Amino acid sequence: MRVRHAAYIALPVAAILLGLSPAAAKTIRVEPDGVDANEKLQEALILAEPGDVVELAPGRWTLTDGLSLDVANVTLRGAGIDDQNGSILDFSGQQGAGEGLLVTSDDVFLTDFAVLNTKGDGIKSKGADRIVYHQLRVEWTAGPKETNGAYGIYPVESTDVLVNRVVVRGASDAGIYVGQSKNIVVRDSIATENVAGIEIENSYDADVHDNIATKNTGGILVFDLPSLPMQGGHNVRVFDNIVSDNNTPNFAPKGNIVASVPAGTGVLVMANRNVEISGNIFDENGTANVMIVGYRYEHKDPKYQPLPKAIVVADNLHGRAGYAPAFPGGAEVAAALGGSIPPVLWDGAGDAVVNDAVGVLSLNLPDVSMPQSDAKPSPADLSGDAPAALPGVRLPESMEARIR
Amino acid sequence: MKLGAAAIAAALVCAGGAMALPPPSPNQTVIEEAAMPRKLSEFGLFRAGGAELSDGVLPYDLHTPLFSDYADKARGIWMPPGAKATVDADGNVQFPVGTVLIKSFGWADANDGKPVETRLLIHRSDGWTALPYVWDADGRDATLAIGGRRIPVSFDEPDGTTRSISYAVPNKNQCKECHALDGAIAPIGPKLRNIRFGAAYRTNAAGRIEGLSRQVAALPAWDNPASGSVAERARAYLDVNCAHCHNPKGSASNSGLFLRWTDDPDGVNYGIEKRPTAAGRGSGGMDFAVAPGHPEASFLIYRLESLDPGIAMPEVGRATVHKEGAALLRQWIAGMETRSAH
Repeated sequence: MRVRHAAYIALPVAAILLGLSPAAAKTIRVEPDGVDANEKLQEALILAEPGDVVELAPGRWTLTDGLSLDVANVTLRGAGIDDQNGSILDFSGQQGAGEGLLVTSDDVFLTDFAVLNTKGDGIKSKGADRIVYHQLRVEWTAGPKETNGAYGIYPVESTDVLVNRVVVRGASDAGIYVGQSKNIVVRDSIATENVAGIEIENSYDADVHDNIATKNTGGILVFDLPSLPMQGGHNVRVFDNIVSDNNTPNFAPKGNIVASVPAGTGVLVMANRNVEISGNIFDENGTANVMIVGYRYEHKDPKYQPLPKAIVVADNLHGRAGYAPAFPGGAEVAAALGGSIPPVLWDGAGDAVVNDAVGVLSLNLPDVSMPQSDAKPSPADLSGDAPAALPGVRLPESMEARIR
Repeated sequence: MKLGAAAIAAALVCAGGAMALPPPSPNQTVIEEAAMPRKLSEFGLFRAGGAELSDGVLPYDLHTPLFSDYADKARGIWMPPGAKATVDADGNVQFPVGTVLIKSFGWADANDGKPVETRLLIHRSDGWTALPYVWDADGRDATLAIGGRRIPVSFDEPDGTTRSISYAVPNKNQCKECHALDGAIAPIGPKLRNIRFGAAYRTNAAGRIEGLSRQVAALPAWDNPASGSVAERARAYLDVNCAHCHNPKGSASNSGLFLRWTDDPDGVNYGIEKRPTAAGRGSGGMDFAVAPGHPEASFLIYRLESLDPGIAMPEVGRATVHKEGAALLRQWIAGMETRSAH
């Protein structure tokens, strides 16, 4: 393991912002070769001190165990995400740990490496505030398979999360999943061939924008679920994304909530309040470009609010949709409507404003305890005055400085 | 051959002048100040040249222990002489700075019965720290393995099955994954209701635990039917094997599955008809963690009986299925009244 002083300018600046001595920052470079490469890399992540950079040399690590980082203000930097010249963490032979990399400290910056074929989740960060995921690839290289890990990029229970320019493919749950967190930006990323491309769950204040969500089962999901420590998801903006061709058959293990997402879903909002869906380009989503539903499962959580409220759909471009609705009874409804259903589907629970110039189909199930077999589909006009626009998410300047 | 080697080793120790020195005792300066000593012997917690605890280190046992690949565990507590631990209102022992909790892992029929690894949990002025040591091939000392290690181990399970596994010594961070409470390291095992001392406690000259005589209901021993009902023993098993992560301040806080001895065993947050959260393949295609009356439809069982890292629970520290533990939990779930038909 070679140790040398950091030549990076951004790092000392970040260290000053965090009140740490920039003189202490060093770069710890690790190489992928040798029988103990796994242990050496893990050791570097343990021995790193705040302000340090752990630098992954180009090449391929063959890892048997999950990695973890628990030191604040550490950068884990590789040489890139592509197989030829990048830094590749290959977990195809993983024997232990629930994820490839686990981060549990604040102010961590992950950049320019790939995590492949983990048995569980790809990269998880828990209670890791101000984390920045930048220019990463998390992939299950055989494409959609039920035996793939659940989440690709998985920040949870964190405040201030930035996911920027990542690529995720093959997750059997969500490619990019942000759960039980606050102040979140997911942008400029590509999620493809996952069950859910991008999912914001039980979280407050999120901006999901300028992403491409394509060939997933569902492109972008905004969910709120009961019986969890943090719930009451709200203030989520989904804007300026390309959400297309999300028709991959659902390959999530049954029992998980995303296993209920019909193939052909563009954006799906379940429960939550104050969600804005605007400026997106939708095309070729066989069930619906936008779906707004209540949480319709039995639950025993008196604090839980199962209805979608104040959901706004406006200024989106709609390509073809609704030509293969993959929910029970969908085909019959489509046939009755001349072959396809309108691009926006609402189960009739809660309230939404849809000002796009496209049709809305309501299933007319206002009470979430009503079974889907009681659906009485009919066109609905949800146009009207939208609630005041959400202010948008601002992340601490130290996070944006990381990627400049 | 073994005896011969031992005799030679003993002779070498004598020839080295060890006889002339007082027996080693724990080195408080190393314990409290050395960041990460490379050799376990530097702490003086073990008698020279082996895995026998030094004088003053108090051996202890637990009514219900954590399952770790059928390893036998030797546990000890070192407290500086004169120091006192107290027991808080919840029955957790609060140890003074300078305390070391020691746990050695081995199998009677592997490695000549010598331990494979020893983990230290050290209470310093800035909090607890965890250090894993792997015993050297000659069994005389152990070496720091902060990055963890995989060690091939073969042993016989209680039912006679011979098992060969790649035993995982946890890395320093994985120690914390289980020992995390609100993001800081904390001891798990020594709770008043679970801890058990032998006769040595009365004669121990080192630090004492005040309040140990307080009467608390002991945690049932998971494998002793005389100590509690099936449900009680199952709950004791879940408390010890799961609740260090599955509590609102632990590593699995986001799951909403909380399995402490003190949690409501009928509640959804105890897993009863609780749907999977972030479980991925861990759901095994099932709807509930615990489906009352139906262990075969309870993914809590599915995860305990799996060795696949994307499915298995606990996530760390298990390369073997604990058949007897899983059987107890199956019995517990099977004995529950079946609820709503799903």
